[in-house]
Amino acid sequence: MAASSERSPPPFPDSEEPELLEDSDDGADAFTGTSISEMDSLSPDTTGPPKDIFNEPPEDIFSDPLSDINSEPQKNVKIQSPGSDEAVDLLSDPLDDEADVISSPEVQNPVPDLLKEPVETPKSVVIGKAPSDVSSKPVLKNAIGVRHQDIFEDPPTGSKGSAAKKSGSAELFEDEDDDDDEEEEEDLFKEPLKGMTKKPQPSVASGPPINVFTEVKSEVKVKPHVKDDPTDLFAEEAVTAPATKPSSSGSSRTNGVHSEEQDIFSEATVELSLDSPLNDRKKKDALKASVSAPAAPVASSSSKPPSKTLEELEEEESEDKFDLNISVTNPEKVGDGMNAYMAYKVSTQTSLTMFRSKTFTVRRRFSDFLGLYEKLSEKHSQNGYIIPPPPEKSILGMTKVKVGKEDPSSAEFVERRRAALERYLQRIVSHPSLLQDPDVREFLEKEELPRAVGTQALSGAGFLKMLNKATDAVSKMTIKMNEQDVWFDEKIQDVENEEQQLRKLHVMVESLVNHRKELSGNTAVFAKSVAMLGSSEDNTALSRALSQLAEVEDRIEQLHQDQAANDFFTFSELLADYIRLLGAVRGCFDQRMKAWQRWQDAENMLQKKREAEAKLLWANKPDKLQQAKDEISEWEAKVTQFEREFERISATVQKDVIRFDKEKARDFKRQIIKYLESLLHSEQQLIKYWEAFLPEAKAIA
Amino acid sequence: MEGSSAESALSVSADSIRITDLTQDGDVLTFAITSQKLNSSAGVCVFRAYEDFEWLQQSLFSQENVPGLQGIIFPPLPPKALPLQSNMQTKALKQLGFLALGQDWQGYCKALEFYLQQVATHPTLCKCKALDSFLINSESPGKQRGRKGIFNRLSQAVEEMRKESHKDVDNFFQNERNKNTNIAALSKVATEKLIDVVMTEQKLALACGHFSTSLHLCVNQDDAAAVAFSKVCLKLSDIIEAVKQNFEKVASNNLTTLGLGLDLESRYQEAEKEMLFRRTCKLIELETVKKSTEKAKANKREVMEEFQKAVEKEFSLISSVAKEEIERFHSSRVNVLKNVLIGWCEQQLNTAKECAELYSQHLEACRNMYSE
Repeated sequence: MAASSERSPPPFPDSEEPELLEDSDDGADAFTGTSISEMDSLSPDTTGPPKDIFNEPPEDIFSDPLSDINSEPQKNVKIQSPGSDEAVDLLSDPLDDEADVISSPEVQNPVPDLLKEPVETPKSVVIGKAPSDVSSKPVLKNAIGVRHQDIFEDPPTGSKGSAAKKSGSAELFEDEDDDDDEEEEEDLFKEPLKGMTKKPQPSVASGPPINVFTEVKSEVKVKPHVKDDPTDLFAEEAVTAPATKPSSSGSSRTNGVHSEEQDIFSEATVELSLDSPLNDRKKKDALKASVSAPAAPVASSSSKPPSKTLEELEEEESEDKFDLNISVTNPEKVGDGMNAYMAYKVSTQTSLTMFRSKTFTVRRRFSDFLGLYEKLSEKHSQNGYIIPPPPEKSILGMTKVKVGKEDPSSAEFVERRRAALERYLQRIVSHPSLLQDPDVREFLEKEELPRAVGTQALSGAGFLKMLNKATDAVSKMTIKMNEQDVWFDEKIQDVENEEQQLRKLHVMVESLVNHRKELSGNTAVFAKSVAMLGSSEDNTALSRALSQLAEVEDRIEQLHQDQAANDFFTFSELLADYIRLLGAVRGCFDQRMKAWQRWQDAENMLQKKREAEAKLLWANKPDKLQQAKDEISEWEAKVTQFEREFERISATVQKDVIRFDKEKARDFKRQIIKYLESLLHSEQQLIKYWEAFLPEAKAIA
Repeated sequence: MEGSSAESALSVSADSIRITDLTQDGDVLTFAITSQKLNSSAGVCVFRAYEDFEWLQQSLFSQENVPGLQGIIFPPLPPKALPLQSNMQTKALKQLGFLALGQDWQGYCKALEFYLQQVATHPTLCKCKALDSFLINSESPGKQRGRKGIFNRLSQAVEEMRKESHKDVDNFFQNERNKNTNIAALSKVATEKLIDVVMTEQKLALACGHFSTSLHLCVNQDDAAAVAFSKVCLKLSDIIEAVKQNFEKVASNNLTTLGLGLDLESRYQEAEKEMLFRRTCKLIELETVKKSTEKAKANKREVMEEFQKAVEKEFSLISSVAKEEIERFHSSRVNVLKNVLIGWCEQQLNTAKECAELYSQHLEACRNMYSE
């Protein structure tokens, strides 16, 4: 729109108006998160308000990976140079704000308005490119500290009311700061006032923190109406369409991916500084502003995905610790005939506070497990998460179970499925983002689940799925993506190779298992014939020894059988799982590619619109020009949005794949240890058997 | 029996007979047989092909001047080995059983060695001149193929059907025959089953080998996680390799001890069966002679009675030799089986212990793996 002339110093493509808004929201979210968790430690009395606000216990939030946020921003600021620039910016912001607050109490009112403004002001600033020349770096830390304090203390004041808040926060600032800082502050306070007109940056910055705070407040106020469950917010928002719900993608990002924390912080400030030039103008309108304004629709994330290095991502990964133990037990046939189904007991044992109790058990049927997967993939697959696939439906196996009574093969089938379901659930909850999903919790906790639909009629659903897969395959072929990212380029290749290798290994393990079974069978036959030989032997000692030997061979047969089962469950199933998981990984890559395609399509469209505009200009048709311009800005917005989405999904996929790789190595290691233990056990048993037999052999006279 | 004069027939010590080497030239296997001279420390080494063994066996069968020869349980000579051609594996397995398995005909050599020792330690057979020349003469004795003896398997097979079920006059032999038929069948089955087990073990070892090799293909050094995963794969590869070696050892233990033992047992049972059959044939002959004597006219009666007496004498001689042989056979057989079982058990025990040790080392290594 027409605001491009008012752009603040950092010049940038003016196509990001929706993001701006949403960005601020982002920041706000981050702050709420931070403040709530921090408050607890800082001032116990302040914990009250948020508790009231959220229906769910606040511990939910602490248990979240989010709690890492507390420490991270500071660290990051020190490490990353663009971050530090922001930090400087940050510094100036709150202080300026303070000055404003102190000198002119009316500011309180304009503040809410500010929130609304961004909607009208198309401004874009890319992080790290808005260096502030205002304050010196030594103050940096301090400033952050201040900011933090500010943030921490804000929500409680926020709950009181807007007028009180402002002064409250102002006081806080004065209280918290040390002598030196106060001096600095004093300086800063004055500076912006003087420099308002001359130096855009500092003046620009005046007010923004308030903006943030009010947003925080307003969010705090608004959210309870929108949603009752804070965890809900965090987990679900990613799925909801960005345009319809406030703070959706923003909060999901802060929630799941703390690596973006730094970003959010800086964004918030940068963007705030943009708002500020308008501050003066808008002061007059301030009174009209409503507090609820920030809740207005917000577009998707504007943040540039963090360019974190892989090392950093990996580092974060290792911090995840889950104290969550899920077991699937007691498979039970429910009902009769072809309508029968298997129900499983899903027991959870946890110390995570997000759950209502430490141990709980629910009964679930197989289709519930599938339903969970459907729900999760519907919500999360477009974000680039690797969603562990459940075991496949097996008509043959299940029919056997339904028809047959006590068939060993059907017992094996049930046990195999039980184990597969257990691993499936364990994989889901070990995913930090999926664990937060309300559906997962519901699945684990809720007594009765609505019957999963669409999974029962395998024929119909399966057919649809096949169709989908076919169309996917076609679209995959048509999309020619020239991969820019080396990491992805290599990884996609790796994953494909790996899948091939795992398939090969799987075949080998299968043959190994079959040979073992064969060996067990042959040993049994041998044992039998030895027993016969023993029974028709004249020499009593020899006869005795032979029948003993037959017993030993019988036991060895059992050992082989157990070992075959071990081979099967530790390796064959593990490999089968990972072949399916790698399929899911490839699905993520496909999602990313789709996002890229969307972006490219939008880019092309924008190009077309621009050409159209140029034609109109040339043809001198001013009546249509405005419409063309509108369209251009609309598509510009879309391009940015899609680009961001693509970058976000890239980051998520990368993070998830790294997590997956680690998990895989850990998983394999665990299984190998388990396998070795079983081998060792077998061998020890064998030693026992032989040792018992040796005297028998020696006793032959 | 011609006592001291024949005593010196064998000039080497029976216990020292060994087959030390084997050379394969196309289809022909040549065995190096060493033995120790009696009364001197000098060793003898001769080279013999399978045909020479056959010649020896024929010479043993067709000895003259040995009363009751037909009552002797001849040590069984392993069937002829055909050096492996690609499609001969299954056929060889059918013919030779255990002797076809194992590396470089080791089992086969062991079986031949055992055969020679058995012949050399046999109280009657060791006096045979052919044995001495077989063991000592550097020139191959068996150039002239031994004529097909009366013990030809082919002709036997035809008669067997008819005479096998002939009722014996002596309860001892009747029992022995029944038992022998029973055990011969059972031991044969047991041997076959053990072959299956060993074959499966070898297949497993092979499968483990493939598995372990293809685990090496999963190695990828791209990033930290991949390196960790690669380490895990390599470790697993080592473990599977250990499993493979364990299977190989177990299989070879089965083969070299119990396998050979059972094989020998079943072949010896066959040998006993042949001996009993020869005796039965004699018995039938005697009975026909008796009948014809009864029917004979007076003028021929005397000749017939004379003849009947001779046959009776021969039969009783065979029976007494057979009784001795059977006793000898039973005690030696129990002894052999005992040694086989003990040896087998000890070997398996050792293998299991070694393996357990190896596994626990691997386990330790695994637990420490990249926990650092």
